[in-house]
Amino acid sequence: MTPEAAATLAEIRRDGPSLVAVVSGDWSIERPTPHFGQLVEAASASDAKGAGAARAVTVDASALGVWDSSLLVFLRQGQEYCVAHQLSFGTDGIPERIATLLALALVVPERTVEPEPEPPKALARFGAAGVAAWDASLDAMTFVGEVAQRGVQLLRGRVRMRWREFWVVVQSNSSGALPIVTLIALLVGVIIAFLGVVVLKRFGAGYYVSYLVGYGMLREMGALMTGIIMAGRSGAGFAAELGSMKITEEIDALSTLGISSIDHLVLPRVFGLFVMMPLLVVYADVVGILGGMGVAVGMLDLTGKQFVNGMLTAVELSDTMLGMFKATIFGLIIGMAGTMKGLRTGSDAGAVGRSATSAVVVGITFIILANAVIDWLAALLQI
Amino acid sequence: MTSAPVPAKTPGDVPPIDVRHLTMRYGDLVVMHDLNFAVRRGEVFVIMGGSGSGKSTLLKHLIGLKAPAEGTILMDGEDFGNATEETRRPMLRRMGVLFQNGALWSGLTLAENVALPLTEFTTLGADAIADVVQLKLALVGLRGFEAFYPAAISGGMRKRAALARAIALDPEVLFFDEPSSGLDPVSASRLDDLILALKASFGTTIIVVSHDLASIYRIADRALFLDIAEKTMTALGNPAELRDAPPNEAVHRFLTRSSEGAS
Repeated sequence: MTPEAAATLAEIRRDGPSLVAVVSGDWSIERPTPHFGQLVEAASASDAKGAGAARAVTVDASALGVWDSSLLVFLRQGQEYCVAHQLSFGTDGIPERIATLLALALVVPERTVEPEPEPPKALARFGAAGVAAWDASLDAMTFVGEVAQRGVQLLRGRVRMRWREFWVVVQSNSSGALPIVTLIALLVGVIIAFLGVVVLKRFGAGYYVSYLVGYGMLREMGALMTGIIMAGRSGAGFAAELGSMKITEEIDALSTLGISSIDHLVLPRVFGLFVMMPLLVVYADVVGILGGMGVAVGMLDLTGKQFVNGMLTAVELSDTMLGMFKATIFGLIIGMAGTMKGLRTGSDAGAVGRSATSAVVVGITFIILANAVIDWLAALLQI
Repeated sequence: MTSAPVPAKTPGDVPPIDVRHLTMRYGDLVVMHDLNFAVRRGEVFVIMGGSGSGKSTLLKHLIGLKAPAEGTILMDGEDFGNATEETRRPMLRRMGVLFQNGALWSGLTLAENVALPLTEFTTLGADAIADVVQLKLALVGLRGFEAFYPAAISGGMRKRAALARAIALDPEVLFFDEPSSGLDPVSASRLDDLILALKASFGTTIIVVSHDLASIYRIADRALFLDIAEKTMTALGNPAELRDAPPNEAVHRFLTRSSEGAS
C-alpha cells in the first residue's frame, strides 16, 4: 500500500486553535498505517500559519470502520506528540472502548526503570574481565577443594553417597561408552601405525613400528583420546543434567532438605568416572594396539607374533600404569568440570547449552594440560 | 461519537469455537468423552473442573497441540482439530495463548518476545513493530520494561508480559491456562481486570481454564464443568446460576468448595 492510501485512513485538519485528527475507514495491523507526527508535519507544511501555533489536538472518529491495535498505536503517537509539544489531547471524539484501552496503556508502571549505565571504557572492561577470571578461578578452586574434602570423607565412610546414581554413571561410562571408544581407539591405533610404517620404512626400521604403537597407545593416546571422548560425552551430559536440575529448582529443593549437592550429585558422578576411566583406557589400549597391529601386518613383512614380541620387549608394565594413572586424573577433571559447570548454570534456557559447552572446553583444556604435566613429571622420575 | 465501531473481524453467528463429540485420549486412557459445546463470540468461557479432570488436555486440543481422538473442533466453522499444518496456520494466526507459566522465551527480551509473532505473521517494518510492541506492553502495565529479560522480572509481570505476547496479533480468540496460578490475590485480580478489559474493548472471545472460584465468578459469562468421575462434561452455564441451581452433586461441591459427601 502506498503512503497516499495509508493517508486516507487518517488526516489532520486545522480547526481554529486546534488540530483535528480525522480517522476513518478500516484499520488493520497487517497494513501500513499513517504516523501521527508525519501527518502533523505534512499539515503544517501546507498551512501558512503553521501547526506549531495549535494548542490542542482532538480526534474525529465518526467515519471509523473496523479497527484494531494499529489505531491504538496511532492514537498513542498522538498522545505522545501532545506531551512532547505541550498540547492538550482531547479524547472526546474517541469511542469509549478505544479510550478505555488508551487509558489502560497510560497507567503508570509499578516500578520506574533505571537508566542503562554507560558502557565501560576499554581499560575498565579489561580490569573487570580480570576480576571476573580471578573470581571464577577462586570459585573453581573452592569447588575442587570441597569435592576433594567430601571425597576423602566418603572414602573414610563418613559420607552417604547415592550408590544408585553411582551405578548409573558406571553403566553409562562402561557399556554405554564402548562403541565410541572402540571406534576412536581403533582408528588412533591405525593412524599411529600408519605414520610409523611410512616414516620407519625409509630407514629400514619398519619392525620398530610395534614399539611406536605400544608406547603411543599405552602412555599417551589411549588415555588422551578416551579422556577427550568422555569429556564430550559424559562431561557435557553432567553439565546439562545438573543445569536442568538447577533451572527447575531441584537443586534448591535438595538444599532446603539440608542435603549437600556435592554429596548427592557431584560425588557419584566424579567417583563413577574416577573408577571407570582406567578400565576404559585399558580397553582402548587393547583395541588401539590391535588396530596398529593390523596395519603393521598388512603393510610390512611382519607376523602378528613378531609384532607382539617386538612390542613386549619395548614396553613395560609401568607404561600401562602411567596411562591408567592419567585416566584417573582425567576422570576427576571431566567429572568436576561437568558437575561444576552444571551447578553454576544461569537461569535462562540458553544457560544449559552454555554450561555444557564450557564443561567440554574446560574438560579438554585441563586434560591436555594435565597430560603435559604428568609427562614432564614422568620424564623427571624416569618412569 | 456518531457510530459505534465494532472490532469484530468475522461477523455472523458462526461460533468461534465449536466442539462436537470430542473424545480425548492419552494412549488407551480416555480422559474425557463426548464433549459438545460452542463458545459464543465475545464471551468469557471458563473450563472448570478438579485437578486431573482434563482441563489442560482440553485446552491443548483447542489450541491445536493435540489432535482429537474422536470428534471435531471447528473454528469459525472450519475444521481445526483435524486440519493439516498448512490449513491450520491461518487459524492459529487468529488465536492467542497465555500459558500457565507464561512460557516467555527466556533468551529474548520482553520486546523481542512480543515482536516475534508480529514478525512471523505480518509484513510490518521494524519501527511499526516497535510501536505495536510498546503499545501491547503498555496495555498490560509494563511500560519501560521492553529491554528486560524474563528472568529479571517477577512472576506476575512475566504473566502479563506473556499476555502482551498473546495479544500481539489482536487475536479473535484468546486462551488462558490457569491465569491466576502462582499469583498473589491482587495480581490475580489485576489479570482478571485485564481479561475483562480485553473482552470489553476488543470484543475478544476469551476461553479460560481455571479452578479459581473467585476468578470464575468474576469473569465467566458461562462455564463448562468437566467431571472427573463421569469422564465428560456435566454442566454448562453461568457459574452463579449453576451454584444456585446445581444440576448435580459434583458441580455443587465444586462451586461451593464443600467436601461434603466427597468420595
